[in-house]
Amino acid sequence: MLSVSNLHAAVEDKEILKGLSLEVPAGEVHAIMGPNGAGKSTLSYVLTGRSGYEVTAGKVTLEGEDLLALEPNERAAKGVFLSFQYPLEIPGVPALTFIRTALNAQRKARGEPEVTAPEFLKLARAKAAELKIDFDMLKRALNVGFSGGEKKRMEIFQMAMLSPRFLILDETDSGLDIDALRIVADGVNALRSPDRAMLVITHYQRLLDYIKPDKVHVLAGGRIVATGGPDLALELEREGYDKYARAA
Amino acid sequence: MAAVKQTVEHVASLEKYKHGFVTDIEQDFAPKGLNADIVRFISAKKDEPEWMLAWRLDAFERWLAMEEPDWAKVSFPRIDYQDSYYYAAPKKKEGPKSLDEVDPDLLETYKKLGIPLREQEVLAGVEGAPRYAVDAVFDSVSVVTTFKKELAQAGVIFCSMSEAIREHPELVRRYLGSVVPVSDNYFACLNAAVFSDGSFVYVPPGVRCPMELSTYFRINAENSGQFERTLIIADKGAYVSYLEGCTAPMRDENQLHAAVVELVVLDDAEIKYSTVQNWYPGDPETGKGGIYNFVTKRADCRGDRSKVSWTQVETGSSITWKYPSCVLRGNESSGEFYSIAITNGRQQADTGTKMIHLGANTRSRIISKGISAGRSSNTYRGLVSAHPKAKGARNFTQCDSLLIGKHCAAHTVPYIEARNGQSKFEHEATTTRLSEDQLFYAMQRGLSQEEAVQLLVNGFVKDVLQELPMEFAVEAQKLVAISLEGSVG
Repeated sequence: MLSVSNLHAAVEDKEILKGLSLEVPAGEVHAIMGPNGAGKSTLSYVLTGRSGYEVTAGKVTLEGEDLLALEPNERAAKGVFLSFQYPLEIPGVPALTFIRTALNAQRKARGEPEVTAPEFLKLARAKAAELKIDFDMLKRALNVGFSGGEKKRMEIFQMAMLSPRFLILDETDSGLDIDALRIVADGVNALRSPDRAMLVITHYQRLLDYIKPDKVHVLAGGRIVATGGPDLALELEREGYDKYARAA
Repeated sequence: MAAVKQTVEHVASLEKYKHGFVTDIEQDFAPKGLNADIVRFISAKKDEPEWMLAWRLDAFERWLAMEEPDWAKVSFPRIDYQDSYYYAAPKKKEGPKSLDEVDPDLLETYKKLGIPLREQEVLAGVEGAPRYAVDAVFDSVSVVTTFKKELAQAGVIFCSMSEAIREHPELVRRYLGSVVPVSDNYFACLNAAVFSDGSFVYVPPGVRCPMELSTYFRINAENSGQFERTLIIADKGAYVSYLEGCTAPMRDENQLHAAVVELVVLDDAEIKYSTVQNWYPGDPETGKGGIYNFVTKRADCRGDRSKVSWTQVETGSSITWKYPSCVLRGNESSGEFYSIAITNGRQQADTGTKMIHLGANTRSRIISKGISAGRSSNTYRGLVSAHPKAKGARNFTQCDSLLIGKHCAAHTVPYIEARNGQSKFEHEATTTRLSEDQLFYAMQRGLSQEEAVQLLVNGFVKDVLQELPMEFAVEAQKLVAISLEGSVG
């Protein structure tokens, strides 16, 4: 589904990604692990088209379509979703309003009719219940005054509501206690399907106990330096990134 | 004229300022310039009684001795007061005004602006939707006032100021200039001398006005100033909600709008006054043209437990200089000020409020949201004062500024004076920049950049928007969006 080849990207003229290649087929969950500063978050921003992240070489396609030529919102409409490491606060905009506006913008871009209010509310109630989110919280300004755990849960809620095809989870486990982690992982696992793919970016193996990856990649020095099965994550947990950081 | 037309067409093609068209209509003008004879001309045109002319001439004499104020944080070339028309009115037939006699071009103009002048058009709206009566002021005169009959049945007087001077002289003489004295300030004094028309409202004791009242101001003529005067009186226990809207064609020269609004609130009465100001803001690149909006608005809460609330959405004008104020004279009276001031392009705004606590246990509340974009400058200037007798006075002020882009400016200038030891004033202020992070977050969820800015800005101004009557809140929200088009990236 997602194909990245020889991707080079720079931030303020400093090259961070140095020839990264990656294939994530539909139906699979791939984990990206790596030491701090390896370029993990840069990869998530380059895939989603954040300004200031300049692609200097390489190609990224989603089901054959060139992603790099699209604006961030166009990529979202194609089904790319990023669960942020640090979700933003949006004062004065209720969570439900934000999500409904986003959903309708995506539908409009895809030439689909807008979602009706009853349909939307029904879906929101169901997804909120699954993620154990108090419905009243969805009427509050998005993420304003929410705890770290609540913000992460809200990211997964948005993901469930928008129903994307390609999901990027950036350090979704950070700031979560074990109960919250389980709820979030259940939410993510519920979205696993043969026509979706996921990229799980994480520093620790812990999350992968709950979201089982099909493949694990080690990102170091701006490139994928090793790829393996779930065992690779366990090895990294035991032995650290030193070996790979040196290789990079 | 060719240049004007070109500008109009150019900007219209950008669809930014949608009210920039000019109505081609035959008009009466006073000769250009300002002197005592012009004042007499205006008074005579309006068939005014002797006392009114004397009042105007007195104001004119005082104005000659005054200096233009220069303390506001705005800059503009000196205004040549002799280079403007002080009276412009669409030519019309004599006799009583009925809608059938209103020039079809005028009706078309208001239709284009979305203002319903035919009562049946209002009535034909969605069932149960709130109705509102309209006084339409075109350049210097009121062209039509709707729903007068129905309002009269409730005892409410809603008419043009000219008509009030003729038909209700006792009320006008009693209240005109009693809130904003003739020589209050330079622009108010000029207004007293040359004001042309405006709205007059009187709500008798104990009456709740059965519908929203509104006045729609339109500047059409070239090189003309608009000086309207509005007087609203809510007698004991009365209630009225009033809204004014303003637009003007796009022109290369600056036009002066110096209005005065006086509100008189007696015991237990309440006035809710909302403004959606969308005068032409001038060319966003060069700053050429646009309206100088120098307005004096003041409410006198004369009665005990009286209440006033000002809500303003200021999106237009090249320069805005205005401080809707509340004199809280009655005991336990209260004043509120909710403001959204948006500046974009080269606009300058210096706006805020004055809450003057004179009576005991008076309360006031100020919520101001300033948004600056482009190369604009946006200043909140506000005074909260408690006089020795205003024991137990309370004020809460919140001033938030939002900056969009790197070349705009926001300033907050609060003046606070407590002259007794039993007042409680709170002031909170924030300044934030619309963050790239927030924009990217919203865009990642599927919103275009424009939509993301709109959503974030609407969130920022929400506290104020919800104070507007519902149907106008929707309009205001759209206006906010249009005003900020192209402000990012």
